[in-house]
Amino acid sequence: MAAERMSIVCFSGTVDKLLAVSTLATGGAAMGLEVELFLTFWGLEAFRKGAYQTNDRISADFEDHKVPMMQAMQEKKVPNWLDTLRGAAEIGDVKVYACGMTMDLFGWKLDDLEDLVSDVIGVASFVERAKEGKITLFI
Amino acid sequence: MAVPEGISISKEIDARGSFCPGPLMELIRGVKSVQVGEVVSVLSSDPGSARDIPAWVQKAGHEFVGTFQEEGYTRFVVRKTR
Repeated sequence: MAAERMSIVCFSGTVDKLLAVSTLATGGAAMGLEVELFLTFWGLEAFRKGAYQTNDRISADFEDHKVPMMQAMQEKKVPNWLDTLRGAAEIGDVKVYACGMTMDLFGWKLDDLEDLVSDVIGVASFVERAKEGKITLFI
Repeated sequence: MAVPEGISISKEIDARGSFCPGPLMELIRGVKSVQVGEVVSVLSSDPGSARDIPAWVQKAGHEFVGTFQEEGYTRFVVRKTR
């Protein structure tokens, strides 16, 4: 039997949503699902090499919570979203793909992205794989 | 509450202060690092662990020895069975 799959379209590049992506990916990996992330637009921008170190954006609707949220995360030593995702890839099957269209639009190459990103794929390949999955999320 | 007599813990991980999914991740790494038959425990103060850890243990096919409530945290004890 094929493994169960969780597919996540990661569109957002704000820390709050990236933390949701990495936490859900960890849960999926821990519970034995194949986890596939498809990074597009701002979600892909967040995966440019080193970008996570200076990314302190949060969802605009909750901009007023930014300072207390960042302070709480620092005080309580919450691991950053990229380290959380790296942990998920260590314990389970996590694949991270970049959206070809976004790469073309911004003129990025695979080498410009964090090592976790293994390949550039098109939307059709992602959909083809996601349709076999148990869980599909757009974040 | 004490861990029952006869259960000897090979590795204890202190994940107190770490948030979901931290304690579960620590446990998974801990279980990976010991031999089959050995017992691992993780200390967690995260309320999500109470359901997450037993669910993972069942899914991963290990033996859940039990949940032991301490002052301000919980000790989860697992025997690696495969």
